[in-house]
Amino acid sequence: MAELKEARDAARYHIAPEGKTVLNVRRLNLFYGKKQALFGVDLDVYKGEVLALIGPSGCGKSTFLRTLNRLNDLIDGVRIEGEVLWHGENIYGEGQDLIEIRKRIGMVFQRPNPFPLSIYDNIAYGPRIHGIKDRKRLDEIVERSLTQAALWDEVKDRLHASALGLSGGQQQRLVIARVLAVEPEIVLMDEPTSALDPISTSRIEELIGMLKKRYTIVIVTHNMQQAARISDRTAFFLNGYLIEVAPTPVLFQTPQKKETEDYITGRFG
Amino acid sequence: MNAKIADRIATAVFVLIALLLVFILVGLVGYLMWRGLPHISWHFLTSPPAFSEAGGGIGPQLFNSIYVLFLTMLLTVPIGVGGGIFLAEYAGDGWLTRFLRSAIEVLSSLPSIVVGLFGLLVFVQYTGWGYTILGGALALMLFNLPLMVRTSEEAIRSVPRDQKEASLALGVSHWRTITSVLLPSALPGIVTGAILTAGRAFGEAAALMFTAGMSSSRVDFTDWNPFSPLSPLNPMRSGETLAVNIWKVSSEGLVPDAREIAAGASALLVIVVLVFNLLARFLSRWLYKKMTASSS
Ligand SMILES: Nc1ncnc2c1ncn2[C@@H]1O[C@H](COP(=O)(O)OP(=O)(O)OP(=O)(O)O)[C@@H](O)[C@H]1O
Ligand SMILES: [Mg+2]
Repeated sequence: MAELKEARDAARYHIAPEGKTVLNVRRLNLFYGKKQALFGVDLDVYKGEVLALIGPSGCGKSTFLRTLNRLNDLIDGVRIEGEVLWHGENIYGEGQDLIEIRKRIGMVFQRPNPFPLSIYDNIAYGPRIHGIKDRKRLDEIVERSLTQAALWDEVKDRLHASALGLSGGQQQRLVIARVLAVEPEIVLMDEPTSALDPISTSRIEELIGMLKKRYTIVIVTHNMQQAARISDRTAFFLNGYLIEVAPTPVLFQTPQKKETEDYITGRFG
Repeated sequence: MNAKIADRIATAVFVLIALLLVFILVGLVGYLMWRGLPHISWHFLTSPPAFSEAGGGIGPQLFNSIYVLFLTMLLTVPIGVGGGIFLAEYAGDGWLTRFLRSAIEVLSSLPSIVVGLFGLLVFVQYTGWGYTILGGALALMLFNLPLMVRTSEEAIRSVPRDQKEASLALGVSHWRTITSVLLPSALPGIVTGAILTAGRAFGEAAALMFTAGMSSSRVDFTDWNPFSPLSPLNPMRSGETLAVNIWKVSSEGLVPDAREIAAGASALLVIVVLVFNLLARFLSRWLYKKMTASSS
C-alpha cells in the first residue's frame, strides 16, 4: 500500500505538479456475480494526459475501463463497490445523470463498430439524438469531428456513402470522430488498434498524440511499445489488482514492483 | 475405406430426401394449380357464392380473408414486437421471465382448433358478440403471437452487441438505442416474421370456423362506413374466410360445382401464401441492403 502511494506521488510530481485530476477512482471492487474481477483499485486520471493500462489478458483492464463510463451496468449480475469521482462527484452516486456521464466520457472499442449508416449519419447520430436538428450546425459538427479525427480529407467527397465501405483503420477513426461529435472530456479506448494493420495503427497513434491537446485519454493496450510511444503514464494491472502506476518512462525503466518488472521484461504474459 | 463408403451412402440418402421434398412440394403445388387454376377467373374472384346452382364465386370470402388478416396483423405486430423487445432487452433472467417464456412455448404448440374453441368461449360466447370478424382476428392473434414474439426477439438479439454499446456509450438512452439502432437493424428479421405470420393467418381455417363464423353476412360493397351494419368493413359481422370456405364447400357444399370451387379457392390460397413467402424473402433482403447502405 505504501509503495502504491509512493508511485502515485511520483506520478503526480512528474506529470503535473499542480496536478488537476479529472477522475479519482477509490477502492474500486467489481464482481461478476460471485467472481471478483477488480480488487481495491485506487487510481487518478490527470487532465490532458494519455494514461495507458497494460497487463496480461484477463487481468481486468477492459473491466476497469468500462467502470469509468458505467458501461458495466449493462451486464447482469455486476456489482460495484467504491467510488469513481468525476470532478469530485461519484458517478455511481445517487441521482447521477447517466446520459451526461456517457456523453462526456466517450468510448472507442476494440473492433471498429460504425453503424450501418452513411459516414455523415454516423457522426451526426449522437448530436441528433441529443437534440441538434439544425442542418447547418450538424454539417459543422460533422466536419469538425472528422477533421479532428484526421479523416475529413479522405471522406469529404463521400459523406453520404455507407460507413461500412471504409477500411478498418478509417472505420476506427470514424468511430473516434463519432465520439468527438458529442464533445467528450475524456475518451476511453479499449485496444483501439489491435484489429488494425501497422500503418493504420500508426495513424491512430498519431491521432492520439494530437487529441491529447484537447482531451484526456485512457487507453488499454496489449502492446507495451505502443504504451511507451503514446502515453504519459502507464498503469500495470495483474489479476484484478493495480500493481503500479508511474510516468511511462519511469515504469518501463525502473519499475518498483517485481511483478511489473517480470511483465515488462517478458517473463510472463 | 469404410468411412468413405459410409460417407457416400449418407450423401446419397440426403440427396434422396432432398429430392423427395422437392418432388412433394412441386407435385402438391402443381396438382393444386392444375386442378384449380382453370376455375379462377375475374368472375370467380369477385362474385358472391351461389346457393344451389353452379357458377358462384368467392368474392366476399376473399375480402373477408384480407380483412381478417389486416386486423390480425394490426393486433399481432405491435404486441409481438413489443413482447420481443421486452424479452430481448428488459426481461432479466428471473422466474417471471422463465414463466413467460414457457407460457409462450405452450401457446405456440397449441393446435389451432384449440385456439378456435377458446375463441368460441371467450370472443363469441363470453363477450356475447356472436361470430365476428374481430373475434376471428383476436383468435388468430393468439395463435400467431408466439411466433411474432419469438422472431422479433431473435431479430433484436442478433444485432451485434457492439452496435448497442456504441450507442449507449454516446450517452444515448436505452430506449432511444432500441428505437434507433436495434430496431432498424432487426427490421429485416421482424418483417420476415410478420410476413410468415401473415401467410399462416391467411391459410388458417380451424381457428376461424368457430370465431369468425362459417357464413358471410350480407354485405353491401358500396357502403364503406365501418360502423354501419352492412358495411364490409364492419368488424362485428360474421365473415367466412377463404380457408374456411374451402373446408365448408368441400365437406357440405350443396352447389353442383362444389369441387371446382374448392379447387379454385385452394389454388388461390396456395398462390397467396407462396407470394407471402417470396415477399418475405425479397423484402427482408431489400431492407437489409437499405439498412446497411447510405440512409440520407
Ligand atoms: N461479462 C463477464 N462475466 C463474467 N466474467 C467476466 C465478464 N467479463 C469479463 N469477465 C472476467 O473478468 C476478468 C477480467 O476481464 P477483462 O475483460 O476485464 O480482462 P482484460 O484485461 O481486458 O483482458 P484482455 O486483455 O483479454 O482484453 C476475466 O477473468 C474475465 O474472464
Ligand atoms: Mg480487454
